[in-house]
Amino acid sequence: MPGILQIAYKLLVNDRAKYIALLAGITFAVFLMIEMTSLFAGILLRGSATVINIGASIWVMDPSIQTVANTISLPDYVLDEVRSIPGVKYAVPLYSGAALLKLHDGTYQAANVVGLDDTSLFGRPPLEQGTVEDIYGENAFFAVNDSEFYKLGNPKVGTEFELNDHRGVLVGIAHVASSGLFGIPTLYTTYNRARQYIPNPRFTISYLLVEPKSPADVASIKAAVTKAGYLALTKDEFIQKISDFYMYHTGIGTNMLIMTVISFIIGLSISGQTFYTFVLENLEKFGALKAIGAKGRELVYMILFQASFVALTGYGIGVGMCTLTIWLARLNLPDYAALITFGNLGLAFIMVVIIAAISSYFGVRKVLKIEPFDIFRG
Amino acid sequence: MAQKTAIEAEGLNKWFGEGDAKTHAVKDVSFQAYFGEMLYVVGPSGSGKTTMLSMISGILRPNSGTVKIEDTAIWTLGDDALAEFRLHKIGFVFQDYHLFPRLTTAENVAIPLILQKRNWNEALKEAEVDLDVVGLKNRAQLPPVKLSGGEQQRVAIARAIVSRPDILIFDEPTASLDGDTGRNIVKFVREHILSDQRCILIVTHDSRIYEYADRIVKMEDGKMMGIEREKLDAQ
Repeated sequence: MPGILQIAYKLLVNDRAKYIALLAGITFAVFLMIEMTSLFAGILLRGSATVINIGASIWVMDPSIQTVANTISLPDYVLDEVRSIPGVKYAVPLYSGAALLKLHDGTYQAANVVGLDDTSLFGRPPLEQGTVEDIYGENAFFAVNDSEFYKLGNPKVGTEFELNDHRGVLVGIAHVASSGLFGIPTLYTTYNRARQYIPNPRFTISYLLVEPKSPADVASIKAAVTKAGYLALTKDEFIQKISDFYMYHTGIGTNMLIMTVISFIIGLSISGQTFYTFVLENLEKFGALKAIGAKGRELVYMILFQASFVALTGYGIGVGMCTLTIWLARLNLPDYAALITFGNLGLAFIMVVIIAAISSYFGVRKVLKIEPFDIFRG
Repeated sequence: MAQKTAIEAEGLNKWFGEGDAKTHAVKDVSFQAYFGEMLYVVGPSGSGKTTMLSMISGILRPNSGTVKIEDTAIWTLGDDALAEFRLHKIGFVFQDYHLFPRLTTAENVAIPLILQKRNWNEALKEAEVDLDVVGLKNRAQLPPVKLSGGEQQRVAIARAIVSRPDILIFDEPTASLDGDTGRNIVKFVREHILSDQRCILIVTHDSRIYEYADRIVKMEDGKMMGIEREKLDAQ
């Protein structure tokens, strides 16, 4: 490290009170920013859980669909129509609906029931316990071992329950990539059993899951589905549509944005003010350095180094604290929806860089203005 | 043997403000200072001593006039070159010392060497040598706030001499010290810091240290006048 920066480092860290105040300001801001954006990322991920877990390439749905949780049933003939589109390798129906379970201890629990195509079981999750063929047994269901699993009373294979007055039996326990958003467990069964056990309107297909013959066929399939009056989205497009809904149509996004901005302002206020005071207190010393022979740009490097050092240290501590908090929260709240993404980290980093830049800007201005003559004049 | 000129100031003028608020702080000052001498600049507050000192040390640009230090007309240099010149040729001892309380004494002394981009550890070693010269080697690892006023002044002197400058400038070196300590400091400078290759300029109010000067010039209302030391001693 160049000597001038080593001086800057020592001036900063040896002023314990200010250094801790600066670190606290940045850390607190980073912690809040990442916590807020992680919660939002967690909500968005869980909002698309069904889409992620089923994993189909193309989803066909009613154009009015906003999220995967709110289904508008499709007429049965749409299945045949989609299957007849050139480029479609296969298309299967998917049922998604809510049911009320009566557990073996007599308590009631809401659940999401996913009905998979009887023949192919396309989109089935990998099993931890049980065998796939058992789903064709009488009243058979798979439970998903996600963060909501315990709400089913931690059942085992063979555990029985009631589903809308029908007998249900657990024949397998599966795991999935993402838990759902609404805090209820998920059961998988066959499409036809789901239709039979859950009260339904006239049409029962929630979505059509389509696999194209090749990626090049995706565009023509989407166009053909649109022409038929329905909407076909790739997996990524559907996830984006769901994210957009939560972001722009629910107020969640706005609230998270406001909280993030408040965190930024708090961090900027604490750190900016403390750093400015720190520079002011050392202003005469900077003037003395200038008189001795330090160049203006060397003093600017010192201040930028100090601001960057404290910002990066605070950023690291803030990220660590946030990770620890989320980890601790998940130990006690398994369905705690928070996800630290590279995007969150990048956003917080940009915010911290802005805080450091603004904080140092005023210090730099002050230091560049100080005249060594003022040091002599006293 | 003729003395070699260290500083040559010619027709220096400096004023501040404009119109009715214009103050002519230094009026047509010319003088020479030589290697091997300790030259005092004395005079009442507001007489222009500090302004004149700032102009000859390259930190305040005169409105007119020239300053030559060892044949270099310093006010023809650009800002960076002038800063570099000060760093290598001039050592400063400020009235309030301006030591960094968050650095150790040795680190404070090493600052000019660090600004010269010398290796950190080497700079500290050299700083300790100069702390030894001023009798404070055993204080090297202490922060300046743990030292007495006289000791802090010595640290400031060590910092001023560490880069071996030819010119040393002291601004009111005894202002913050009691009489005995102030005299001892200046006596020490006279006996240990002054050499044939060095010129020391001291701005002071303190008549108790006049005995250590080779020459004394007096400033009044921005003008400089030569003065006999004996007369000042008598005052």
